[in-house]
Amino acid sequence: MGQDRFVKLLPWFSTPVVIVLLVVAWELFIRAFGVSEFVLPSPGTVLVSLVALVQDPETWHHAAITATEAITGFLAAVVLGVATGVALGKSALLERALRPMIIAAQVVPKVALIPLFVIWFGFGLTSKIIMAAMLAFFPIMLNVLLGVRSVDPGQRDVMRSLTASRWNTFRHLEFKSTLPYVFTGMEVGIVFAIIGTIVGEYLGGSEGLGYLVVVSLNQLDGPQLFAVIVLLASLGLLLYFAINGLKRLVIPWHESVYSQNGVT
Amino acid sequence: MTDTDDPTRTPELELRGIGKEFRSRSGSTHALSDIKLSIDRREFVSVIGRSGCGKTTLLRVIAGLTGPTSGEVVIGGRSLWRGKKVDSEVAGRFGVVFQDANLFPWYTVLDNIALPLTLRGTDRARRHARAAELAELVGLGGFERSYPRELSGGMRQRVAIARALSYQPKVLLMDEPFGALDAMTRERMNLELQRIAQTTEATVVFVTHDITEAVFLSDRVVHLSPRPGRIRQVRGVDIPRPRDRDAQSEPEFQRIVRELRHALDEEG
Ligand SMILES: Nc1ncnc2c1ncn2[C@@H]1O[C@H](COP(=O)(O)OP(=O)(O)OP(=O)(O)O)[C@@H](O)[C@H]1O
Ligand SMILES: [Mg+2]
Repeated sequence: MGQDRFVKLLPWFSTPVVIVLLVVAWELFIRAFGVSEFVLPSPGTVLVSLVALVQDPETWHHAAITATEAITGFLAAVVLGVATGVALGKSALLERALRPMIIAAQVVPKVALIPLFVIWFGFGLTSKIIMAAMLAFFPIMLNVLLGVRSVDPGQRDVMRSLTASRWNTFRHLEFKSTLPYVFTGMEVGIVFAIIGTIVGEYLGGSEGLGYLVVVSLNQLDGPQLFAVIVLLASLGLLLYFAINGLKRLVIPWHESVYSQNGVT
Repeated sequence: MTDTDDPTRTPELELRGIGKEFRSRSGSTHALSDIKLSIDRREFVSVIGRSGCGKTTLLRVIAGLTGPTSGEVVIGGRSLWRGKKVDSEVAGRFGVVFQDANLFPWYTVLDNIALPLTLRGTDRARRHARAAELAELVGLGGFERSYPRELSGGMRQRVAIARALSYQPKVLLMDEPFGALDAMTRERMNLELQRIAQTTEATVVFVTHDITEAVFLSDRVVHLSPRPGRIRQVRGVDIPRPRDRDAQSEPEFQRIVRELRHALDEEG
Protein backbone atom coordinates (compact mmCIF):
# COMPACT_ATOMS: atom_id res chain seq x y z
CA MET A 1 0.00 0.00 0.00
CA GLY A 2 2.85 2.39 0.93
CA GLN A 3 4.59 1.41 -2.27
CA ASP A 4 1.43 2.17 -4.31
CA ARG A 5 1.12 5.60 -2.72
CA PHE A 6 4.73 6.37 -3.44
CA VAL A 7 4.38 5.41 -7.11
CA LYS A 8 1.18 7.43 -7.37
CA LEU A 9 2.69 10.60 -5.94
CA LEU A 10 6.10 10.23 -7.59
CA PRO A 11 5.43 12.49 -10.63
CA TRP A 12 4.48 15.37 -8.29
CA PHE A 13 7.99 15.30 -6.84
CA SER A 14 10.00 14.22 -9.85
CA THR A 15 8.55 16.79 -12.29
CA PRO A 16 9.67 19.94 -10.39
CA VAL A 17 13.08 18.35 -9.81
CA VAL A 18 13.52 17.64 -13.52
CA ILE A 19 12.40 21.18 -14.43
CA VAL A 20 14.83 22.75 -11.96
CA LEU A 21 17.66 20.57 -13.29
CA LEU A 22 16.87 21.60 -16.86
CA VAL A 23 16.80 25.29 -15.96
CA VAL A 24 20.10 24.98 -14.10
CA ALA A 25 21.68 23.19 -17.07
CA TRP A 26 20.32 25.91 -19.34
CA GLU A 27 21.86 28.67 -17.16
CA LEU A 28 25.21 26.85 -16.90
CA PHE A 29 25.27 26.29 -20.66
CA ILE A 30 24.82 30.02 -21.31
CA ARG A 31 27.51 31.00 -18.79
CA ALA A 32 29.98 28.42 -20.10
CA PHE A 33 29.64 29.26 -23.78
CA GLY A 34 28.60 32.90 -23.68
CA VAL A 35 25.60 32.41 -25.97
CA SER A 36 24.02 35.63 -27.23
CA GLU A 37 20.81 36.83 -25.56
CA PHE A 38 18.84 36.53 -28.78
CA VAL A 39 19.84 32.96 -29.67
CA LEU A 40 19.27 31.63 -26.17
CA PRO A 41 18.24 34.08 -23.44
CA SER A 42 18.99 33.15 -19.84
CA PRO A 43 16.22 31.69 -17.65
CA GLY A 44 16.24 34.89 -15.58
CA THR A 45 15.48 37.24 -18.46
CA VAL A 46 12.82 34.88 -19.79
CA LEU A 47 11.20 34.91 -16.38
CA VAL A 48 11.23 38.73 -16.33
CA SER A 49 9.63 38.78 -19.78
CA LEU A 50 7.10 36.20 -18.71
CA VAL A 51 6.07 38.20 -15.66
CA ALA A 52 5.70 41.30 -17.82
CA LEU A 53 3.58 39.40 -20.33
CA VAL A 54 1.34 37.87 -17.69
CA GLN A 55 0.66 41.30 -16.21
CA ASP A 56 -0.33 42.70 -19.58
CA PRO A 57 -4.08 42.30 -20.29
CA GLU A 58 -3.23 42.32 -24.00
CA THR A 59 -1.49 38.94 -23.54
CA TRP A 60 -4.61 37.44 -22.02
CA HIS A 61 -6.62 38.67 -24.97
CA HIS A 62 -4.23 36.85 -27.31
CA ALA A 63 -4.31 33.72 -25.17
CA ALA A 64 -8.12 33.78 -25.14
CA ILE A 65 -8.18 34.05 -28.94
CA THR A 66 -5.84 31.08 -29.34
CA ALA A 67 -7.79 29.01 -26.82
CA THR A 68 -11.10 29.86 -28.52
CA GLU A 69 -9.77 28.85 -31.93
CA ALA A 70 -8.24 25.61 -30.70
CA ILE A 71 -11.24 24.57 -28.60
CA THR A 72 -13.82 25.45 -31.24
CA GLY A 73 -11.87 23.61 -33.91
CA PHE A 74 -11.37 20.67 -31.59
CA LEU A 75 -15.08 20.43 -30.71
CA ALA A 76 -16.02 20.54 -34.37
CA ALA A 77 -13.49 17.76 -34.98
CA VAL A 78 -14.96 15.68 -32.16
CA VAL A 79 -18.49 15.95 -33.54
CA LEU A 80 -17.47 15.28 -37.14
CA GLY A 81 -14.82 12.71 -36.22
CA VAL A 82 -17.13 10.64 -34.04
CA ALA A 83 -19.97 10.80 -36.58
CA THR A 84 -17.72 9.84 -39.50
CA GLY A 85 -15.88 7.21 -37.47
CA VAL A 86 -19.13 5.53 -36.41
CA ALA A 87 -20.54 5.65 -39.96
CA LEU A 88 -17.38 4.17 -41.48
CA GLY A 89 -17.01 1.65 -38.66
CA LYS A 90 -20.58 0.45 -39.06
CA SER A 91 -20.55 0.28 -42.85
CA ALA A 92 -17.71 -1.79 -44.27
CA LEU A 93 -18.94 -0.87 -47.74
CA LEU A 94 -18.73 2.86 -47.13
CA GLU A 95 -15.31 2.49 -45.55
CA ARG A 96 -14.07 0.51 -48.52
CA ALA A 97 -15.44 3.01 -50.99
CA LEU A 98 -13.85 5.98 -49.22
CA ARG A 99 -10.60 4.38 -48.05
CA PRO A 100 -8.37 5.73 -50.86
CA MET A 101 -9.71 9.23 -50.26
CA ILE A 102 -9.18 8.95 -46.52
CA ILE A 103 -5.61 7.77 -46.90
CA ALA A 104 -4.91 10.52 -49.42
CA ALA A 105 -6.40 13.14 -47.13
CA GLN A 106 -4.28 11.87 -44.28
CA VAL A 107 -1.05 11.93 -46.21
CA VAL A 108 -1.53 15.47 -47.55
CA PRO A 109 0.41 17.89 -45.33
CA LYS A 110 -2.58 19.87 -44.21
CA VAL A 111 -0.68 22.90 -42.96
CA ALA A 112 0.10 23.54 -46.63
CA LEU A 113 -3.57 24.40 -47.04
CA ILE A 114 -3.53 27.33 -44.62
CA PRO A 115 -2.84 29.97 -47.31
CA LEU A 116 -5.93 28.66 -49.13
CA PHE A 117 -8.06 29.00 -46.03
CA VAL A 118 -6.75 32.51 -45.56
CA ILE A 119 -7.83 33.35 -49.11
CA TRP A 120 -11.26 31.78 -48.57
CA PHE A 121 -12.01 32.80 -45.00
CA GLY A 122 -9.77 35.79 -44.38
CA PHE A 123 -7.29 36.51 -41.59
CA GLY A 124 -9.82 36.14 -38.77
CA LEU A 125 -10.63 33.29 -36.46
CA THR A 126 -12.41 31.12 -39.03
CA SER A 127 -9.37 30.04 -41.00
CA LYS A 128 -7.58 28.95 -37.80
CA ILE A 129 -10.60 27.11 -36.47
CA ILE A 130 -10.86 25.19 -39.72
CA MET A 131 -7.16 24.37 -39.58
CA ALA A 132 -7.45 23.13 -35.98
CA ALA A 133 -10.54 21.07 -36.82
CA MET A 134 -8.90 19.57 -39.86
CA LEU A 135 -5.80 18.43 -37.99
CA ALA A 136 -7.76 17.09 -35.02
CA PHE A 137 -10.35 15.33 -37.17
CA PHE A 138 -8.22 12.45 -38.44
CA PRO A 139 -6.88 11.01 -35.19
CA ILE A 140 -10.37 11.20 -33.68
CA MET A 141 -12.12 9.68 -36.68
CA LEU A 142 -9.58 6.88 -37.08
CA ASN A 143 -9.67 5.95 -33.40
CA VAL A 144 -13.46 5.88 -33.34
CA LEU A 145 -13.46 3.77 -36.49
CA LEU A 146 -11.08 1.35 -34.80
CA GLY A 147 -13.17 1.39 -31.62
CA VAL A 148 -16.41 0.57 -33.41
CA ARG A 149 -14.66 -2.31 -35.14
CA SER A 150 -13.09 -3.58 -31.94
CA VAL A 151 -16.22 -4.50 -30.01
CA ASP A 152 -15.46 -7.91 -28.50
CA PRO A 153 -17.32 -10.76 -30.27
CA GLY A 154 -17.65 -12.64 -26.98
CA GLN A 155 -19.39 -9.66 -25.39
CA ARG A 156 -21.60 -9.38 -28.45
CA ASP A 157 -22.57 -13.02 -27.94
CA VAL A 158 -23.60 -12.21 -24.39
CA MET A 159 -25.94 -9.49 -25.63
CA ARG A 160 -27.30 -11.75 -28.34
CA SER A 161 -27.88 -14.61 -25.91
CA LEU A 162 -29.86 -12.17 -23.80
CA THR A 163 -31.87 -11.17 -26.89
CA ALA A 164 -30.93 -7.55 -26.25
CA SER A 165 -32.49 -4.91 -28.47
CA ARG A 166 -30.33 -2.81 -30.79
CA TRP A 167 -30.65 0.17 -28.50
CA ASN A 168 -29.63 -1.83 -25.43
CA THR A 169 -26.71 -3.37 -27.31
CA PHE A 170 -25.58 0.13 -28.24
CA ARG A 171 -26.10 1.55 -24.75
CA HIS A 172 -24.55 -1.22 -22.69
CA LEU A 173 -21.93 -2.53 -25.08
CA GLU A 174 -20.99 -0.61 -28.23
CA PHE A 175 -21.03 2.85 -26.71
CA LYS A 176 -19.07 1.91 -23.58
CA SER A 177 -16.63 -0.19 -25.50
CA THR A 178 -15.88 2.61 -27.99
CA LEU A 179 -15.49 5.38 -25.38
CA PRO A 180 -11.83 4.65 -24.56
CA TYR A 181 -11.02 4.96 -28.27
CA VAL A 182 -12.86 8.28 -28.43
CA PHE A 183 -10.74 9.55 -25.57
CA THR A 184 -7.50 8.33 -27.12
CA GLY A 185 -8.52 10.16 -30.29
CA MET A 186 -9.36 13.29 -28.31
CA GLU A 187 -6.07 13.28 -26.42
CA VAL A 188 -4.19 13.26 -29.70
CA GLY A 189 -6.76 15.53 -31.33
CA ILE A 190 -6.47 18.38 -28.82
CA VAL A 191 -2.70 18.51 -29.35
CA PHE A 192 -3.20 18.59 -33.11
CA ALA A 193 -5.84 21.30 -32.77
CA ILE A 194 -3.37 23.51 -30.92
CA ILE A 195 -0.71 22.89 -33.53
CA GLY A 196 -3.17 23.81 -36.28
CA THR A 197 -4.18 26.98 -34.50
CA ILE A 198 -0.64 28.18 -33.89
CA VAL A 199 0.58 27.45 -37.39
CA GLY A 200 -2.50 29.29 -38.65
CA GLU A 201 -1.63 32.28 -36.50
CA TYR A 202 1.98 32.24 -37.68
CA LEU A 203 0.88 32.57 -41.27
CA GLY A 204 -1.83 35.15 -41.08
CA GLY A 205 -3.75 37.43 -38.77
CA SER A 206 -3.17 39.93 -36.02
CA GLU A 207 -4.30 38.09 -32.92
CA GLY A 208 -3.39 35.10 -30.80
CA LEU A 209 -0.27 33.76 -29.12
CA GLY A 210 1.06 32.51 -32.45
CA TYR A 211 0.89 36.07 -33.73
CA LEU A 212 2.70 37.22 -30.59
CA VAL A 213 5.51 34.76 -31.42
CA VAL A 214 5.85 36.32 -34.86
CA VAL A 215 5.82 39.83 -33.38
CA SER A 216 8.54 38.92 -30.87
CA LEU A 217 10.60 37.44 -33.66
CA ASN A 218 10.26 40.56 -35.79
CA GLN A 219 11.29 42.71 -32.83
CA LEU A 220 14.27 40.39 -32.29
CA ASP A 221 13.06 40.06 -28.68
CA GLY A 222 14.50 36.67 -27.67
CA PRO A 223 13.33 36.62 -24.04
CA GLN A 224 9.76 37.51 -25.01
CA LEU A 225 9.77 34.88 -27.76
CA PHE A 226 10.69 32.28 -25.17
CA ALA A 227 8.12 33.59 -22.73
CA VAL A 228 5.34 33.29 -25.34
CA ILE A 229 6.47 29.76 -26.09
CA VAL A 230 6.18 28.99 -22.38
CA LEU A 231 2.63 30.37 -22.44
CA LEU A 232 1.77 28.24 -25.48
CA ALA A 233 3.16 25.16 -23.78
CA SER A 234 1.08 25.96 -20.69
CA LEU A 235 -2.06 26.33 -22.78
CA GLY A 236 -1.36 22.99 -24.46
CA LEU A 237 -0.83 21.27 -21.13
CA LEU A 238 -3.96 22.82 -19.68
CA LEU A 239 -6.14 21.60 -22.55
CA TYR A 240 -4.54 18.18 -22.62
CA PHE A 241 -5.11 17.66 -18.91
CA ALA A 242 -8.68 18.88 -19.23
CA ILE A 243 -9.32 16.03 -21.69
CA ASN A 244 -7.34 13.62 -19.55
CA GLY A 245 -9.33 14.60 -16.45
CA LEU A 246 -12.59 14.15 -18.33
CA LYS A 247 -11.41 10.69 -19.34
CA ARG A 248 -10.70 9.70 -15.75
CA LEU A 249 -14.15 10.90 -14.82
CA VAL A 250 -16.01 9.15 -17.62
CA ILE A 251 -14.14 5.85 -17.92
CA PRO A 252 -12.60 5.18 -14.51
CA TRP A 253 -12.81 1.45 -15.22
CA HIS A 254 -10.46 1.59 -18.19
CA GLU A 255 -6.97 0.11 -18.24
CA SER A 256 -5.30 3.41 -19.17
CA VAL A 257 -6.92 5.28 -16.28
CA TYR A 258 -6.21 2.45 -13.91
CA SER A 259 -2.51 2.28 -14.65
CA GLN A 260 -2.25 6.08 -14.67
CA ASN A 261 -3.37 6.02 -11.07
CA GLY A 262 -0.38 3.85 -10.31
CA VAL A 263 -2.43 0.87 -9.17
CA THR A 264 -0.79 -1.60 -11.48
CA MET B 1 -45.41 -33.60 -32.91
CA THR B 2 -42.68 -35.29 -30.96
CA ASP B 3 -40.44 -38.10 -31.96
CA THR B 4 -40.53 -39.78 -28.55
CA ASP B 5 -42.56 -42.88 -27.80
CA ASP B 6 -44.73 -41.21 -25.20
CA PRO B 7 -47.08 -38.81 -26.99
CA THR B 8 -47.97 -36.90 -23.81
CA ARG B 9 -44.37 -35.91 -23.21
CA THR B 10 -43.14 -32.72 -24.84
CA PRO B 11 -39.38 -32.47 -24.62
CA GLU B 12 -38.01 -29.09 -23.60
CA LEU B 13 -35.25 -29.18 -26.16
CA GLU B 14 -35.04 -31.13 -29.37
CA LEU B 15 -32.21 -31.36 -31.83
CA ARG B 16 -33.46 -32.74 -35.11
CA GLY B 17 -30.54 -33.89 -37.19
CA ILE B 18 -28.27 -30.90 -36.59
CA GLY B 19 -25.36 -30.51 -38.98
CA LYS B 20 -22.87 -27.68 -39.04
CA GLU B 21 -20.20 -26.91 -41.53
CA PHE B 22 -17.85 -23.93 -41.32
CA ARG B 23 -16.74 -22.67 -44.69
CA SER B 24 -13.76 -20.41 -45.06
CA ARG B 25 -11.17 -19.56 -47.67
CA SER B 26 -8.84 -22.25 -46.34
CA GLY B 27 -11.49 -24.95 -46.76
CA SER B 28 -14.43 -26.23 -44.80
CA THR B 29 -14.71 -27.83 -41.37
CA HIS B 30 -17.44 -30.32 -40.73
CA ALA B 31 -18.03 -29.53 -37.06
CA LEU B 32 -21.31 -31.34 -36.40
CA SER B 33 -23.07 -34.14 -38.21
CA ASP B 34 -26.60 -35.42 -37.76
CA ILE B 35 -27.02 -34.67 -34.06
CA LYS B 36 -30.33 -36.08 -32.82
CA LEU B 37 -31.12 -35.50 -29.19
CA SER B 38 -34.21 -34.90 -27.17
CA ILE B 39 -33.91 -33.40 -23.69
CA ASP B 40 -36.74 -33.40 -21.19
CA ARG B 41 -37.78 -30.59 -18.92
CA ARG B 42 -35.62 -30.42 -15.78
CA GLU B 43 -33.18 -32.87 -17.26
CA PHE B 44 -29.44 -32.34 -16.75
CA VAL B 45 -27.43 -33.40 -19.78
CA SER B 46 -23.65 -33.16 -20.07
CA VAL B 47 -21.69 -33.17 -23.27
CA ILE B 48 -18.18 -34.58 -23.15
CA GLY B 49 -15.60 -35.13 -25.84
CA ARG B 50 -12.09 -34.25 -26.86
CA SER B 51 -10.96 -30.74 -27.54
CA GLY B 52 -12.18 -29.56 -30.92
CA CYS B 53 -14.92 -32.18 -31.25
CA GLY B 54 -17.66 -29.59 -31.56
CA LYS B 55 -19.00 -29.13 -28.03
CA THR B 56 -18.94 -25.34 -28.13
CA THR B 57 -20.37 -25.35 -31.62
CA LEU B 58 -23.24 -27.56 -30.47
CA LEU B 59 -23.99 -25.26 -27.56
CA ARG B 60 -23.89 -22.19 -29.81
CA VAL B 61 -26.29 -23.82 -32.23
CA ILE B 62 -28.68 -24.62 -29.38
CA ALA B 63 -28.39 -21.04 -28.06
CA GLY B 64 -29.19 -19.65 -31.50
CA LEU B 65 -25.84 -17.86 -31.78
CA THR B 66 -24.87 -19.90 -34.82
CA GLY B 67 -27.32 -21.18 -37.39
CA PRO B 68 -27.10 -24.91 -38.17
CA THR B 69 -26.26 -25.87 -41.74
CA SER B 70 -28.94 -28.53 -41.58
CA GLY B 71 -31.53 -29.74 -39.12
CA GLU B 72 -33.72 -27.93 -36.66
CA VAL B 73 -33.59 -26.79 -33.04
CA VAL B 74 -36.93 -26.97 -31.28
CA ILE B 75 -37.47 -25.48 -27.84
CA GLY B 76 -40.68 -26.30 -25.96
CA GLY B 77 -42.30 -27.34 -29.22
CA ARG B 78 -41.33 -24.14 -31.03
CA SER B 79 -38.70 -23.82 -33.70
CA LEU B 80 -35.78 -21.63 -32.61
CA TRP B 81 -35.24 -20.11 -36.02
CA ARG B 82 -37.80 -18.21 -37.97
CA GLY B 83 -36.23 -17.95 -41.38
CA LYS B 84 -32.91 -16.24 -40.94
CA LYS B 85 -33.74 -14.80 -37.55
CA VAL B 86 -33.85 -16.27 -34.08
CA ASP B 87 -37.26 -16.23 -32.44
CA SER B 88 -36.33 -13.99 -29.52
CA GLU B 89 -39.18 -15.29 -27.37
CA VAL B 90 -37.76 -18.79 -27.68
CA ALA B 91 -34.14 -17.72 -27.25
CA GLY B 92 -35.17 -15.62 -24.26
CA ARG B 93 -35.51 -18.78 -22.20
CA PHE B 94 -31.79 -19.44 -22.30
CA GLY B 95 -29.16 -18.51 -19.79
CA VAL B 96 -25.75 -18.97 -21.37
CA VAL B 97 -22.40 -19.30 -19.62
CA PHE B 98 -19.61 -19.11 -22.17
CA GLN B 99 -16.20 -20.74 -22.14
CA ASP B 100 -14.76 -17.23 -21.55
CA ALA B 101 -16.37 -15.09 -18.87
CA ASN B 102 -17.10 -12.23 -21.32
CA LEU B 103 -17.76 -9.72 -18.57
CA PHE B 104 -18.22 -6.02 -19.28
CA PRO B 105 -15.18 -4.22 -17.85
CA TRP B 106 -17.14 -0.98 -17.44
CA TYR B 107 -19.57 -2.50 -14.98
CA THR B 108 -18.94 -3.62 -11.41
CA VAL B 109 -19.47 -7.22 -10.37
CA LEU B 110 -22.96 -6.29 -9.19
CA ASP B 111 -23.92 -4.59 -12.46
CA ASN B 112 -22.46 -7.42 -14.51
CA ILE B 113 -24.55 -9.95 -12.65
CA ALA B 114 -27.60 -7.72 -12.96
CA LEU B 115 -27.16 -7.06 -16.70
CA PRO B 116 -29.91 -9.46 -17.84
CA LEU B 117 -32.28 -7.85 -15.34
CA THR B 118 -31.28 -4.37 -16.51
CA LEU B 119 -32.14 -5.39 -20.07
CA ARG B 120 -35.51 -6.65 -18.86
CA GLY B 121 -36.24 -3.33 -17.19
CA THR B 122 -36.11 -4.49 -13.57
CA ASP B 123 -35.71 -1.49 -11.27
CA ARG B 124 -32.34 -0.75 -9.75
CA ALA B 125 -33.07 -1.68 -6.14
CA ARG B 126 -34.61 -5.04 -7.05
CA ARG B 127 -31.92 -6.04 -9.48
CA HIS B 128 -29.12 -5.08 -7.11
CA ALA B 129 -30.72 -7.05 -4.30
CA ARG B 130 -30.96 -10.09 -6.55
CA ALA B 131 -27.39 -9.60 -7.82
CA ALA B 132 -26.03 -9.33 -4.27
CA GLU B 133 -27.80 -12.56 -3.40
CA LEU B 134 -26.21 -14.30 -6.39
CA ALA B 135 -22.77 -12.84 -5.66
CA GLU B 136 -23.05 -14.43 -2.24
CA LEU B 137 -24.15 -17.70 -3.79
CA VAL B 138 -21.12 -17.98 -6.06
CA GLY B 139 -18.79 -17.00 -3.23
CA LEU B 140 -18.12 -13.42 -4.28
CA GLY B 141 -19.59 -11.68 -1.26
CA GLY B 142 -17.49 -8.57 -0.56
CA PHE B 143 -16.52 -8.12 -4.21
CA GLU B 144 -19.80 -6.56 -5.36
CA ARG B 145 -18.22 -3.16 -6.07
CA SER B 146 -15.07 -4.52 -7.74
CA TYR B 147 -14.44 -4.24 -11.43
CA PRO B 148 -13.75 -7.41 -13.48
CA ARG B 149 -10.11 -6.50 -13.96
CA GLU B 150 -9.60 -6.77 -10.22
CA LEU B 151 -10.76 -10.39 -10.20
CA SER B 152 -8.98 -13.66 -10.90
CA GLY B 153 -9.99 -15.83 -13.86
CA GLY B 154 -12.00 -18.17 -11.66
CA MET B 155 -13.79 -15.29 -9.96
CA ARG B 156 -14.72 -13.79 -13.32
CA GLN B 157 -16.14 -17.10 -14.41
CA ARG B 158 -18.27 -17.20 -11.26
CA VAL B 159 -19.59 -13.73 -12.06
CA ALA B 160 -20.57 -15.04 -15.49
CA ILE B 161 -22.42 -17.94 -13.86
CA ALA B 162 -24.26 -15.60 -11.51
CA ARG B 163 -25.17 -13.40 -14.48
CA ALA B 164 -26.69 -16.34 -16.34
CA LEU B 165 -28.70 -17.32 -13.26
CA SER B 166 -29.96 -13.84 -12.49
CA TYR B 167 -33.19 -14.01 -14.44
CA GLN B 168 -33.91 -17.64 -13.67
CA PRO B 169 -33.73 -19.01 -17.19
CA LYS B 170 -35.73 -22.11 -18.08
CA VAL B 171 -32.78 -23.58 -19.95
CA LEU B 172 -29.17 -23.20 -18.81
CA LEU B 173 -26.46 -23.70 -21.40
CA MET B 174 -23.00 -23.90 -19.88
CA ASP B 175 -19.71 -24.24 -21.73
CA GLU B 176 -17.01 -25.54 -19.38
CA PRO B 177 -18.05 -23.04 -16.74
CA PHE B 178 -15.77 -24.48 -14.07
CA GLY B 179 -12.70 -24.95 -16.28
CA ALA B 180 -10.83 -22.10 -14.61
CA LEU B 181 -11.59 -23.13 -11.03
CA ASP B 182 -9.45 -25.04 -8.55
CA ALA B 183 -10.57 -28.54 -7.52
CA MET B 184 -12.04 -27.41 -4.19
CA THR B 185 -14.08 -24.52 -5.56
CA ARG B 186 -15.11 -26.68 -8.45
CA GLU B 187 -16.51 -29.34 -6.15
CA ARG B 188 -18.43 -26.72 -4.21
CA MET B 189 -19.77 -25.18 -7.41
CA ASN B 190 -20.85 -28.63 -8.62
CA LEU B 191 -22.91 -29.17 -5.48
CA GLU B 192 -24.28 -25.65 -5.78
CA LEU B 193 -25.19 -26.13 -9.45
CA GLN B 194 -27.00 -29.37 -8.65
CA ARG B 195 -28.98 -27.55 -5.98
CA ILE B 196 -29.75 -24.59 -8.26
CA ALA B 197 -30.84 -26.86 -11.12
CA GLN B 198 -33.20 -28.69 -8.78
CA THR B 199 -34.70 -25.65 -7.07
CA THR B 200 -35.12 -23.58 -10.23
CA GLU B 201 -36.32 -26.63 -12.18
CA ALA B 202 -34.07 -25.62 -15.04
CA THR B 203 -33.11 -27.82 -17.93
CA VAL B 204 -29.32 -27.84 -18.23
CA VAL B 205 -26.96 -28.61 -21.06
CA PHE B 206 -23.47 -28.69 -19.62
CA VAL B 207 -20.23 -28.99 -21.60
CA THR B 208 -17.16 -30.28 -19.80
CA HIS B 209 -13.84 -32.04 -20.26
CA ASP B 210 -14.15 -33.67 -16.88
CA ILE B 211 -15.82 -37.09 -16.93
CA THR B 212 -16.30 -37.26 -13.15
CA GLU B 213 -17.96 -33.86 -13.15
CA ALA B 214 -20.22 -34.90 -16.01
CA VAL B 215 -21.34 -38.09 -14.28
CA PHE B 216 -21.80 -36.36 -10.94
CA LEU B 217 -24.09 -33.67 -12.34
CA SER B 218 -25.99 -35.42 -15.09
CA ASP B 219 -29.02 -37.52 -15.76
CA ARG B 220 -27.45 -38.35 -19.10
CA VAL B 221 -23.98 -37.92 -20.51
CA VAL B 222 -23.58 -37.37 -24.24
CA HIS B 223 -20.26 -38.47 -25.67
CA LEU B 224 -19.35 -36.52 -28.80
CA SER B 225 -16.70 -37.96 -31.13
CA PRO B 226 -14.68 -35.64 -33.34
CA ARG B 227 -14.42 -34.83 -37.04
CA PRO B 228 -17.23 -34.50 -37.67
CA GLY B 229 -18.86 -34.15 -34.25
CA ARG B 230 -21.30 -37.02 -33.88
CA ILE B 231 -23.05 -38.51 -30.90
CA ARG B 232 -20.99 -41.56 -30.09
CA GLN B 233 -23.14 -42.69 -27.18
CA VAL B 234 -25.62 -41.38 -24.64
CA ARG B 235 -25.10 -42.82 -21.16
CA GLY B 236 -27.82 -42.57 -18.53
CA VAL B 237 -26.73 -41.96 -14.94
CA ASP B 238 -29.19 -43.62 -12.60
CA ILE B 239 -27.95 -42.35 -9.27
CA PRO B 240 -30.53 -40.79 -6.95
CA ARG B 241 -30.46 -37.08 -6.12
CA PRO B 242 -29.45 -35.08 -4.31
CA ARG B 243 -25.99 -36.53 -4.79
CA ASP B 244 -23.33 -35.64 -2.28
CA ARG B 245 -19.57 -35.97 -2.36
CA ASP B 246 -19.80 -39.58 -1.27
CA ALA B 247 -21.80 -40.46 -4.37
CA GLN B 248 -18.52 -40.44 -6.26
CA SER B 249 -17.20 -43.45 -4.35
CA GLU B 250 -20.23 -45.60 -5.11
CA PRO B 251 -19.51 -48.57 -7.42
CA GLU B 252 -22.23 -47.55 -9.88
CA PHE B 253 -20.73 -44.07 -10.20
CA GLN B 254 -17.25 -45.42 -10.76
CA ARG B 255 -18.46 -47.97 -13.27
CA ILE B 256 -20.03 -45.27 -15.42
CA VAL B 257 -16.92 -43.08 -15.21
CA ARG B 258 -14.71 -46.01 -16.22
CA GLU B 259 -16.98 -46.92 -19.10
CA LEU B 260 -16.95 -43.36 -20.48
CA ARG B 261 -13.21 -43.05 -20.01
CA HIS B 262 -12.63 -46.22 -22.03
CA ALA B 263 -14.88 -44.97 -24.79
CA LEU B 264 -12.92 -41.70 -24.90
CA ASP B 265 -9.58 -43.50 -24.86
CA GLU B 266 -10.63 -45.67 -27.78
CA GLU B 267 -10.74 -42.55 -29.95
CA GLY B 268 -6.96 -42.47 -29.51
N1 LIG C 1 -16.19 -19.86 -36.27
C1 LIG C 1 -15.54 -20.96 -36.74
N2 LIG C 1 -15.06 -20.96 -38.00
C2 LIG C 1 -14.43 -22.06 -38.49
N3 LIG C 1 -14.27 -23.20 -37.82
C3 LIG C 1 -14.74 -23.26 -36.55
C4 LIG C 1 -15.40 -22.14 -35.95
N4 LIG C 1 -15.75 -22.49 -34.70
C5 LIG C 1 -15.33 -23.76 -34.52
N5 LIG C 1 -14.72 -24.23 -35.64
C6 LIG C 1 -14.17 -25.58 -35.81
O1 LIG C 1 -15.14 -26.51 -35.41
C7 LIG C 1 -14.55 -27.57 -34.66
C8 LIG C 1 -15.22 -27.66 -33.30
O2 LIG C 1 -14.90 -26.53 -32.52
P1 LIG C 1 -15.51 -26.31 -31.07
O3 LIG C 1 -15.10 -24.98 -30.61
O4 LIG C 1 -16.96 -26.59 -31.11
O5 LIG C 1 -14.75 -27.44 -30.22
P2 LIG C 1 -14.87 -27.79 -28.67
O6 LIG C 1 -15.32 -29.20 -28.59
O7 LIG C 1 -15.68 -26.79 -27.96
O8 LIG C 1 -13.36 -27.71 -28.21
P3 LIG C 1 -12.78 -27.29 -26.78
O9 LIG C 1 -13.04 -28.44 -25.87
O10 LIG C 1 -11.31 -27.12 -27.04
O11 LIG C 1 -13.44 -26.04 -26.35
C9 LIG C 1 -13.06 -27.26 -34.57
O12 LIG C 1 -12.40 -28.07 -35.52
C10 LIG C 1 -12.95 -25.81 -34.94
O13 LIG C 1 -11.77 -25.59 -35.66
MG1 LIG D 1 -15.25 -25.34 -26.51
